Amino acid sequence: MKKLIALILCAAMLLSLAACGDDRETIKVYNWGDYIAPGVIDKFEEETGIRVIYEMFETNEDMYTKIKNSNNAYDVLIPSDYMIERMIAENLLAEIDMANITNYDKIDAEYKNLSFDPENKYSVPYTWGTVGILYNKTMVNEAPTSWGALWDGQYKDNIIMMNSQRDAIGITLKYLGYSLNTLEAAELNAAKEKLIEQEPLVLAWVVDEVKDKMIGGEAALALVYAGDAVYCKGENPDLEYVIPSEGSNIFFDSMCIPANCENKAGAEKFIDFMCRPDIAAENAGYIGYSSPSKAARELMGEAGEDPTAYPDITKYDLEIFSSLGDKTKIYDELWTEIITVRGM
Amino acid sequence: MKKNLCLIPLYVWSAVFIVFPLLIVLYYAFTRDASSGMSLSFESFSRLADPMYLGVILRSFKIAVIATLVCILCGYPAAYILARSNSRSKFIIVILMLLPMWMNFLLRTYSWLTLLEKSGLINSFLSLFGVDPIIFLGTEGAVVLGTVYNYLPFMIMPIYITLLKLDQSHLDAAADLGANPFQVFMKVTLPFSVPGVLSGVSMVFVPSVTTFVISQIMGSGNVTLIGDIIEKQYRVVNDWHFGSALSVVIMIIVLAFMYFINRGDVEANNGNGGRLLR
Repeated sequence: MKKLIALILCAAMLLSLAACGDDRETIKVYNWGDYIAPGVIDKFEEETGIRVIYEMFETNEDMYTKIKNSNNAYDVLIPSDYMIERMIAENLLAEIDMANITNYDKIDAEYKNLSFDPENKYSVPYTWGTVGILYNKTMVNEAPTSWGALWDGQYKDNIIMMNSQRDAIGITLKYLGYSLNTLEAAELNAAKEKLIEQEPLVLAWVVDEVKDKMIGGEAALALVYAGDAVYCKGENPDLEYVIPSEGSNIFFDSMCIPANCENKAGAEKFIDFMCRPDIAAENAGYIGYSSPSKAARELMGEAGEDPTAYPDITKYDLEIFSSLGDKTKIYDELWTEIITVRGM
Repeated sequence: MKKNLCLIPLYVWSAVFIVFPLLIVLYYAFTRDASSGMSLSFESFSRLADPMYLGVILRSFKIAVIATLVCILCGYPAAYILARSNSRSKFIIVILMLLPMWMNFLLRTYSWLTLLEKSGLINSFLSLFGVDPIIFLGTEGAVVLGTVYNYLPFMIMPIYITLLKLDQSHLDAAADLGANPFQVFMKVTLPFSVPGVLSGVSMVFVPSVTTFVISQIMGSGNVTLIGDIIEKQYRVVNDWHFGSALSVVIMIIVLAFMYFINRGDVEANNGNGGRLLR
């Protein structure tokens, strides 16, 4: 019996230990992996005295699952466009008081009031980018200008595709001349057939590994995000990035506050801080994705004018993904079929 | 009283981390989202009738069976040699064998990419002799290799431990009674080590069937296994019901498999073998 009492006492001690801790003001930030410049959080903590608990996710869907299914309250999230649209529709986001975001005017007007948040009440753009083809100049006969290059038989086993259903199906729809938000069964089926047709040419289906592989000269062509292309080009000068003429996807990762946040004021301070030109420049410079703030770009020098990260977006037919709502199923089933066929 | 108290942590652990999660999986498998919360439904299971999923399940089992067989073929001789060698080098070999296990599983698997990529070490070496790059990755063979590499020690160790317990006098007796070395092996050593092989099989086969990391890394996303489909249901599609139904089906198949393994184990024990690691 003594042992049992000792056990209970131990448990009680542990619990009381866990209960006490730092009583500074805190915020919980949930961002993509490797998506902030090192040191930025320290700077924020120093300047405001607010402690930041920083966690990372790998995909929008991972983040969504966690927000939806756990009681774990975050104060700042940085999801992408279509996910923001979905979360607004599901009442998962709180309105941001833009009066508290003093640096909001540093964000260029063209990146405000976008389709996923038309009145710009729930999100403040953090970064944006395009999707395109990264190619190795020494391994292609001519610079690709069309998505067709990814279906070109001469590049068999030299093509890397993105293992992400929305992106892969999206660019295929674009290649076929459809909208990447289509829900037409015939168009989606055509995209599926096209991706199955492409299967024998593809060397690998990856997401993050694409960077290592392209830098190492493993393949001639890869479907990538512009931000990753910026990084790869820096490591291997043989690489070049192009947005195909058929048009592509433009995406936004924006800062949001979840509806069940615990420190909204702190969250707004953090968002404001991230919009400050010097901080935005530091972040964009480190992660390679494009900054929506002209003031920040001007601080970045040459990198702020890199055509890979900052193409003339009016020249291309670029679409933002819209939330599929309950139609996600159609894409899922399509994608399951495509990945099942692989290597069979 | 004392004995029961000691068992409490075990019961609590099992309840919280094994039984309860299993119940949740079962709950999700047999329900569907309905307008009013959840409703009982077999929809997830009826979706499984699609031959597409059957194909993936078959492929997963095919790869797991091949990997397990390769593990036996490589692991048995290794365990045998190890068990028979003298004590000093034995320790070093065991350490060498376990050394990679101290490294992170992902790192271990990723390192194969450096070797097998088109621009990897092996192809770079071959290119010195004018050989065109060979594409190793992205094939079922590569997934089998990754599986064997990661799980081989789980095959070797149980066999090794069983063989250690084999008394030299049994072998001497068999030899004295006129058995040649091959007969000694077939009639004494092999039957004695069956329990080790069987526990090795279950430790290799079960994780092989459900792996998704190995197939994603070594298969370059080209070889979809049932684990990939289940993972996708939870992480991308957010359809926990279908993911759970798939898991339940795999669990039933694996349970059936374990039942036969265990029966074999019991039969072997009726002979002379020792039981271990179950």
